[in-house]
Amino acid sequence: MSETPENTPSAKPKSFQAIILALQTYWASKGCAVLQPYDMEVGAGTFHPATTLRSLGTQPWAAAYVQPSRRPTDGRYGENPNRLQHYYQYQVLIKPSPPDLQELYLGSLEAIGIDMTLHDIRFVEDDWESPTLGAWGLGWEVWCDGMEVSQFTYFQQVGGHDCHPVSGELTYGLERLAMYVLGVDHVMDMPFNDPGSPIELTYRDVFKQTEEEYARWNFDTANTDVLLRQFEEAEAHCKMILEQPATDPKTGKRIIMAHPAYDQCIKASHMFNLLDARGVISVTERQAYIGRVRALAKMCADAFVQTRAGGWSEDAA
Amino acid sequence: MPDLLIELFSEEIPARMQRRAAEDLQKLVTNGLVEAGLTYASAAGFSTPRRLTLTIEDMLGESPSVVEERKGPKADAPEKAIEGFLRGAGVSRADLEERETPKGTILFARINKPGRPAAEIVAEVLEHTIRNFPWPKSMRWGSGALKWVRPLHSIVCVMSAEDGAEVVPLDVDGITSGDVTYGHRFLAPGAITVSSFEDYEAKLARAHVVLRAEARAETIWHDATNMAFANGLEVVEDAGLLAEVSGLVEWPVVLMGRIADDFLDLPPEVLQTSMKEHQKFFSVRNPKTGQIERFITVANRTTSDEGATILAGNEKVLSARLADAKFFWENDLRVATSDEGMAAWVKALENVTFHNKLGTQAELIERMAVLARELAPMVGADADLSEQAARVAKADLSSEMVYEFPELQGLMGRYYAEAAGLPSEVAAAAQEHYAPLGPSDDVPTAPVSVAVALAEKIDKLTGFWAIDEKPTGSKDPFALRRAALGVIRLVLINDLQINLGEALVSGFKEQVMASDFSEMHSNPFGSFVDHEEEIEALETVPRYGAIEMILRTDRAFEVFLQKTRDGEYFSEQESHPVEKAAAKEQIEEFCAYAEQLRFLSGKSDVPAWEDGDHADVERRFAEVFNIESENLLAFLHDRLKVYLRDQGIRHDIIDACIAMPGNDDLTLLVKRARALSETLKTDDGENLIQGFKRANNILTQAEEADGVEYSYGADVKFAETDEERTLFAALDAAEAVITPAMEKQDFTTAMTAMASLRGPIDAFFEAVQVNSDNGTVRRNRLNLLSRIRTICTSVADLTRVDG
Repeated sequence: MSETPENTPSAKPKSFQAIILALQTYWASKGCAVLQPYDMEVGAGTFHPATTLRSLGTQPWAAAYVQPSRRPTDGRYGENPNRLQHYYQYQVLIKPSPPDLQELYLGSLEAIGIDMTLHDIRFVEDDWESPTLGAWGLGWEVWCDGMEVSQFTYFQQVGGHDCHPVSGELTYGLERLAMYVLGVDHVMDMPFNDPGSPIELTYRDVFKQTEEEYARWNFDTANTDVLLRQFEEAEAHCKMILEQPATDPKTGKRIIMAHPAYDQCIKASHMFNLLDARGVISVTERQAYIGRVRALAKMCADAFVQTRAGGWSEDAA
Repeated sequence: MPDLLIELFSEEIPARMQRRAAEDLQKLVTNGLVEAGLTYASAAGFSTPRRLTLTIEDMLGESPSVVEERKGPKADAPEKAIEGFLRGAGVSRADLEERETPKGTILFARINKPGRPAAEIVAEVLEHTIRNFPWPKSMRWGSGALKWVRPLHSIVCVMSAEDGAEVVPLDVDGITSGDVTYGHRFLAPGAITVSSFEDYEAKLARAHVVLRAEARAETIWHDATNMAFANGLEVVEDAGLLAEVSGLVEWPVVLMGRIADDFLDLPPEVLQTSMKEHQKFFSVRNPKTGQIERFITVANRTTSDEGATILAGNEKVLSARLADAKFFWENDLRVATSDEGMAAWVKALENVTFHNKLGTQAELIERMAVLARELAPMVGADADLSEQAARVAKADLSSEMVYEFPELQGLMGRYYAEAAGLPSEVAAAAQEHYAPLGPSDDVPTAPVSVAVALAEKIDKLTGFWAIDEKPTGSKDPFALRRAALGVIRLVLINDLQINLGEALVSGFKEQVMASDFSEMHSNPFGSFVDHEEEIEALETVPRYGAIEMILRTDRAFEVFLQKTRDGEYFSEQESHPVEKAAAKEQIEEFCAYAEQLRFLSGKSDVPAWEDGDHADVERRFAEVFNIESENLLAFLHDRLKVYLRDQGIRHDIIDACIAMPGNDDLTLLVKRARALSETLKTDDGENLIQGFKRANNILTQAEEADGVEYSYGADVKFAETDEERTLFAALDAAEAVITPAMEKQDFTTAMTAMASLRGPIDAFFEAVQVNSDNGTVRRNRLNLLSRIRTICTSVADLTRVDG
């Protein structure tokens, strides 16, 4: 059977980066602003302000980006075939969620070379909740042949605020997805750039050493007193920023510093994750820490909706 | 008469909600139709991952017209009242009819309600149903305000009759009804126009959608078992999983895959749990070895490679999952078999809270160890082994496997204890000590397991009792009723004779002693830098449940704590108010007592005070423990009543037995209750109760009237009639049987002997007037009745038996 040019699948990607590039191209073609990763340590792509803060308020939004994410407790010294303490998420957020979001999503799988006629794609209930962000939504984890390849969520609440309109959020676990598409069994064996490049690099070449270093640091070395102090400092800093008057005394402009404050919230959250990995947080304390981060996230959300990007306008106010 | 087809087509509905949703759709729509006068012959609801469907057959084409009569005001009522009535009834003045009634002339309106076409009613009812659907969780999407379980895309609403089909027009927030649905998402995504339910179901089947969930489940089970059988294997049954998987696919295709050899030596429960929880796979077992060797997965489609790609993918995912499980298993085994062994896990539990008022898991284990050792002789277990088992039983809560799969707690403990080379009794207790959880769960019978299981439950009961977390009404957040039933079943099924009262006192005592109060009593509320620090210090106090229990007597502590939280009591400069000082003193005193108690039991090296009255310490605590233990025993008795009632033993019969001494020995109590229940089922037994009550009533009245107790001294020489003499003889004979029988706890013999008194007692009352004019004779007869009472109530408190 000869294929017409229109329905020839795009060249099947051969490397990790080719998959990322294919996703970028695909979502760009669907009208998303392709953003860059946020320059802070976060546990998931959701923490990027392009998702957390932009899902608030009434302003339309469409963004896609890669976000390096850190989960200190998942470190396995680079030995486990698919667990890493540092990995990449691909994140798409569209507000309001378009009616054909499922089809758009499936299109993205085809774009990275998943043959829809051979695989079994399923939408399995998975309600998303982020206790640290005071956020929840309903949706699914998307399975491809039994493997979770994405999270698909309709945000209902973020930072304690009801989402109006609702954002549709897609999160792809890039390593796992890429391993699947490329037929690789161990993440470290995955080609990072295309095989045949002048200098071939695998995921191992790029990340094996760092996985070891961070696993040792996360589990055994990180100074918990320092982490604790940094948590407290970030918390205090966040509150201090938000306590400032809306009007900047120097410029006389209305400048609510929602983003700088939110940076501190992200920092506190990451410190908590590190403390957790060090095993020094008991079950009861855990809840208390999560509650403290959530309180910060809520304050940041409250501040953001008072800004222009958050839907505030002079006329309404 | 027309048929109706409704389909609500949406994005994927969670499997667990589908069945209920189909039922709700049917119920809400049919109720709405019937309420509006549209009756029908039959209805049925269906669900798939993407649709809820309802078919209704032989529905009325229009609702019947009705004439409604409404009573209005009096004819001479003020004009305003009449106008209001006209407005409300929607009629004009000319439609009113005057009617003479006993209350005067009254206006009546006749309202003609013409029938309405079915389509109009259906549209209203369906819209109302969609807007008010009882999803357990629902959501908004896009810019809309409509709520559904996931975005709702289209509505089919078609009425069909012999002369054709028509769409019932309907618009819910921009979603308009039609006669178009869609097939399988991947295999036949195109639009399908439908005209009736038969047409719909047939076209869906051609478009790779099996509408009926039972049909999908049947296909899955049939194909899975066949496939396993062909390989000499069997599928592990799991009805819950089958129902769930049927809700994940519209076109089920069963595939059987292999588990990589590396993982076959994992415990079968680990394989099964990991495959089910993460992948929704069925386990396939080798019936000869019991080992799980393969898995069954259910895909939602056919493919040109007959599922080869799908299966390969699933096998790969499973390998990754099991690699995790193996990682946990091997790490855990390394700990369990290390020099420190499972003690390392127990140590880690020092940082894990059991309950914030009852301390850590490690403290819980300490209490369990003491209780298990104490209970061991009573359940025929070795004391050292029981204590050791209690110390190991919860260690697996620190293991990585249990962290990942909490439902494997206990079972993993057993595996790890075995790997650590611990005695088999200890390993078994790790698994069995949680049991029984439900009323039909197996009850452990191995003595060490029983000792630890009882210790676990007694600790739980006394602990939550101490902090006043008793079940109320339907609320039982810590499952104390279940724990109580667990104790009851452990005791009864193992036929144990345990002095539960004492065990409960020990439980309460351990609640106090497992905690270290030395810091608390030496300087609990020194001088605080700030208010928050003070509150923090105070809030650690009620963690020690027993202290709260003791202080609960007058709630002084609570008031104290609340006022401190409110900031009423804290001030850096001012001296503390008198109340605060008094409360502090009381808390400190009890902390000191608790610490002294620990010292006396060898739990602490430092006495709270050197001299002083140790007996006083014991006495003060014993008082509180005894009161609480009585209360808790009453709670256990209540649960026992429920348990025995289910076995056909009446409430009043149990009460009659609970009123007897030794009622904390549940085995004895139940033996007595069963014997009494059996006795009361006999003719003699039933009538004996009448005789006993009569004797008791006469006696009680006489005692009240005379102000004396007739308790002894009945003498046969004052007997005037044969019936009296016969009764004397019968009582002597019965007593001769009952006393030794009771000593041997042979209730059946005792009660049979008691029941044999029925004849003589009945005959006595027939022939004899107790209240004789002769005072001596009367007294003698009352004393005779007293013997009846004494003998009968030595068996059970018959005054509490209905009859």
